[in-house]
Amino acid sequence: MIRPGTFLQRAEGNTGRVVPPSGFTARLTIFSAAAMAFLAVFALALALAAGRMADRWDAALADTATIRIAAPQGQMETQTAIVQEILRTTPGVTEARVLPVEESRALLEPWFGPDLPIESLAIPQLIAVRTAAPGFDAQSLRLRLSAEAPGAVLDDHTRWRQPLVRAAARLRSLGFAAIGLIGATVAAMIVLAAQAALSANAQVITVLRLIGARDAFIARAFVRRFTLRAFGGAVAGTALGMLALALMPGDPATGAFLTDIGFHGAEWLSPLLIPPFAAITAFIATRAAALRRLKELT
Amino acid sequence: MIALENVAHSYGGGELLSDMTHELVPGSFHFLTGPSGAGKSTFLKICYGELVPSAGRVHLFGQDLRTMSRDAMADTRRRIGIVHQDCRFLDHLPLSENIALPLLAAGRDPAEAADDLRALLDWVGLGSHADALPPSLSGGERQRAALARAVIMSPDVILADEPTGNLDWEMSLRLLRLLIELNRMGKAILIATHDLNLIRTAKAEVSARVLRISGRRLTTAGADL
Repeated sequence: MIRPGTFLQRAEGNTGRVVPPSGFTARLTIFSAAAMAFLAVFALALALAAGRMADRWDAALADTATIRIAAPQGQMETQTAIVQEILRTTPGVTEARVLPVEESRALLEPWFGPDLPIESLAIPQLIAVRTAAPGFDAQSLRLRLSAEAPGAVLDDHTRWRQPLVRAAARLRSLGFAAIGLIGATVAAMIVLAAQAALSANAQVITVLRLIGARDAFIARAFVRRFTLRAFGGAVAGTALGMLALALMPGDPATGAFLTDIGFHGAEWLSPLLIPPFAAITAFIATRAAALRRLKELT
Repeated sequence: MIALENVAHSYGGGELLSDMTHELVPGSFHFLTGPSGAGKSTFLKICYGELVPSAGRVHLFGQDLRTMSRDAMADTRRRIGIVHQDCRFLDHLPLSENIALPLLAAGRDPAEAADDLRALLDWVGLGSHADALPPSLSGGERQRAALARAVIMSPDVILADEPTGNLDWEMSLRLLRLLIELNRMGKAILIATHDLNLIRTAKAEVSARVLRISGRRLTTAGADL
């Protein structure tokens, strides 16, 4: 007795059914997709953490500057007062605070210990400057300082800030590059698995060609299968990766990079893009491999 | 429908078929005979476009085989029903799905053809085997199922390569009667066989021409057959 229900109700699914189930390539594809998705979650978390670090460092150093006054003992107070007056009239400067001796001592204590006789040393006077957007004209300020207070040197933190921000940005780029490489590896593995499946099913392909199946029909049977496997594997790998990150000990409040690797708020949605990305990669890779292989086989 | 002009084909430097000209027209019934290794299967493969001959021209439904695209070839194959001695089923699919495969490949909804499929299975006497897997069928059942698959698209031509090679006489006769019935519907039939009894039986019922491949050439067999 014919049971059309088994065959006819799932016309779309039947396209995939013309290819017999193959355990080895199925497991290889699912495992590869899962492993790569797991790694991709971490690469994504690394890239996002690096981005946050770059933003934090940039913000922390962008609205501050320091003026260091190194003047002979008799001129220190005079030049400090001149610098304060210059800063008061400099657009973009919101606050200029002369660091007291205690704070200078605290800054030096990690290197020289608590017993440093700071009063007997020619320690420069530091003035902490706070700025507001869009900042101040550092070049003009330097010119004014050199003219009116020759012992004063402006440090707008650019030379500290730029390498740090550049390094963090590069780390972020590396994270995204790792994701790209993972995608390429997934594609390569799926192409290999698809080619193995196509070779193993050469007889099936011959039969399908003989009954008048176009290449697109035959390719679709393989493409659908590998796309679904890659998607399924990637879902499992992504879920495991997200779980691992959620369970990772960390304290974002410390501001340290290692304790901040993970996702914050809406960032938790970003790994959800990995399974569709894996499926699209598998679709494109398998289709290209299948059409190329079909021309070779028949 | 299928026209061969001065076709020759070589394998590994040796010529197997030479200067063959023939045309299959609607409603014709042909047998192709010849000793084993004479090139009957090669001739059939050229007729359905699986092989491109080394020389000569082949036209399938007006299209030159050499210039046909792969998609055009696939579409043309749907107009040619092919029955192989080894049947070539997908062993993991039930018989009904194997027989309906050409419909699926043609992008048609098999659900719409469920009644036709059932009727076709009954016609070849396999109505009770729809859910059976091909390896569980006997040789005769497989051949009849292969014929059902070959005709499900209502092709204009049916090519059969030693379809009774593995069958007993009773089963061979049953298959022949199905092919004769198809021929009476206007289908062109070409059967490659070395079974002379089959040919004689068929000639008693239909006007069949017998072609023979001998010495690389295609000739018409004498009236003794």
